[in-house]
Amino acid sequence: MSEPIIHMDNIEKHFGNVIALAGVSFDVYPGECHCLLGDNGAGKSTFIKTMSGVHKPSKGFIRMNGKEVNFASPREAMEAGIATVFQDLAMIPLMSVSRNFFMGREPTKGRGLFKRYDHVAANTITMKHMREMGINLRSADQAVGTLSGGERQTVAIARAVYFGAKVLILDEPTSALGVRQTANVLATIDKVRAQGVGVVFISHNVRHALAVGDRFTVLNRGRTLGTAERGKITAEELQDLMAGGQELAELEGSLGGTV
Amino acid sequence: MTGDTALNQDERIKEEPLIARLMKRPELGAIAGVVLVTIFFLFTADSSMFTLSGFMNFMSPAAQLGILAIGAAMLMIGGEFDLSIGSMVAFAGMIFGAFTVNLGLPLIVAIPMTLVAAACMGAVNGQIVIRTGLPSFIVTLAFLFILRGISLVGLKWLTGGATQLRGVRDAVEGDFLAPVFSGEAFSGLFAWFASLGLIETFKNGMPKVAGIPIEILWFVGLALVATYVLLRTPWGNWVFAAGGDANAASNSGVPVRKVKVALFMFTASCAALLAIVQVLDAGSTDARRGFMKEFEGIIAAVIGGCLLTGGYGSAIGAFFGAIIFGMVVIGLTYTNIDQDWFQVFLGAMLLLAVMFNNVVRKRVTGER
Ligand SMILES: Nc1ncnc2c1ncn2[C@@H]1O[C@H](COP(=O)(O)OP(=O)(O)OP(=O)(O)O)[C@@H](O)[C@H]1O
Ligand SMILES: [Mg+2]
Repeated sequence: MSEPIIHMDNIEKHFGNVIALAGVSFDVYPGECHCLLGDNGAGKSTFIKTMSGVHKPSKGFIRMNGKEVNFASPREAMEAGIATVFQDLAMIPLMSVSRNFFMGREPTKGRGLFKRYDHVAANTITMKHMREMGINLRSADQAVGTLSGGERQTVAIARAVYFGAKVLILDEPTSALGVRQTANVLATIDKVRAQGVGVVFISHNVRHALAVGDRFTVLNRGRTLGTAERGKITAEELQDLMAGGQELAELEGSLGGTV
Repeated sequence: MTGDTALNQDERIKEEPLIARLMKRPELGAIAGVVLVTIFFLFTADSSMFTLSGFMNFMSPAAQLGILAIGAAMLMIGGEFDLSIGSMVAFAGMIFGAFTVNLGLPLIVAIPMTLVAAACMGAVNGQIVIRTGLPSFIVTLAFLFILRGISLVGLKWLTGGATQLRGVRDAVEGDFLAPVFSGEAFSGLFAWFASLGLIETFKNGMPKVAGIPIEILWFVGLALVATYVLLRTPWGNWVFAAGGDANAASNSGVPVRKVKVALFMFTASCAALLAIVQVLDAGSTDARRGFMKEFEGIIAAVIGGCLLTGGYGSAIGAFFGAIIFGMVVIGLTYTNIDQDWFQVFLGAMLLLAVMFNNVVRKRVTGER
């Protein structure tokens, strides 16, 4: 296999006395979709936040293309080609859709003192990419606060796809989406992967993960329970791994096998 | 393009009427306020309030406050307060006095150095707020006292016991930069208008209004530049984002710390600019300068549509907020209403504006 775009080596993250990550290793190859699974509080969000420059790891290394990197801010990670859809979406409700879309990376026109925000370009690109994701906005100038939860999620995804040059991280991107929009997101993941981008896809939904994932890593209480390749694991096995096996089997029994 | 517009049309969207769209502008309240106050004084005040000289009379204090208010508004949009800007006026005034009178520096050196000194204090404010994560309200409240105290002690030290430093006018006599920061602009033009009989004159033929007080030009210029930056540059986007949700902005790649520190520096520089204009105008600096102005500046910004929670507002709003102030302070002297009603008015306006802003915010975000 080729070299991973990003390699996370034995990452630990402590918040005061809380050990959120107790040594997690993980890598992403170009053109693959690596799914990160795990129950609530397993440390998935914390882990991808160290990847996208929000948290500094307490221990461990991050290597991009073999070179060690230290992201001091999310901006640095972005400049290195990592784009993230955070679980909380990182949107400003009072600002317009297009201003949110380009927040931190505004398109400009003009030079020197006259370099200014390019409204028209921002609006056109935003509308176009939202439409591609299956959402027809009434206007790119409307405030994000007026969008529905799923529309908001779609803006965040469209934005990350647009800027995700090398690695695209999606933290539960489909949690609020309808059927058509979910299918769109999964198709988009497939499309960017084909362009050689490495995708990190976090989901609670094993079916979504299996639909696009090439590899699956399960996180539990800050540790990895192992990585499986596509075709070598079934939905049931993944489900059990995520929930810690035994208990789910019991639960499932009491619920009549619906989980 | 026609295909595009057809695609964008959604049967679930009603055409938004102009009024509804205007209702979403942050500065609407302040503009409505100006109209109301104007109507009020048209009925109650002596008609001389609305002559050219009356206009300059109320625009001059409005401009002085407005220079502070625009800085305060930018900072508020960025999600922070600065309660030390009033004291900063005294502090910068003292520094400026020391540079010109005690050190005898020319304005071309003294003015930039005063602005830099103020900006440094602003940076200190900003760094403390960002590094400690404490509310800027508390941190800058501390500096409200610290800067006022330094101004008192410093002036006594500079003058050998007084809290007023005189002699600035003599010190800057003939300085080529003085007309940019003091006196009236376009006096030639006004004299010409007077000779043509276009504006009112005294008996001796001199115009009653010698020119546009320089602070008004600074005020207008600052409002225009601030508006341009806010609405038309990436920087403006960062200011709104940093104030709207610092965490989300930072996660999206906005250099939130840099933006906030720069805003504190800008606000402090606005206070220093006001100090320079006032000190050159009065010819002296005083430790009491700018007393309570931090509140008036913030109130003008709020009247101008800034949300206390940050992320929303406008410089044009603060511009009109300051004009409302000037009109009321000076306008009351043209009426036979007791001028001390001003304070009542101030409180009432603030309350009204905050309630109004709350409604506007809900409209913008479509909150139900
Ligand atoms: N800033 C923080 N300070 C203290 N503890 C934290 C912080 N962030 C996360 N944690 C803790 O770390 C653990 C992992 O949290 P994380 O958000 O990574 O879980 P997750 O796997 O993303 O869960 P979910 O599926 O619910 O999103 C949790 O126990 C959480 O309480
Ligand atoms: Mg999470």
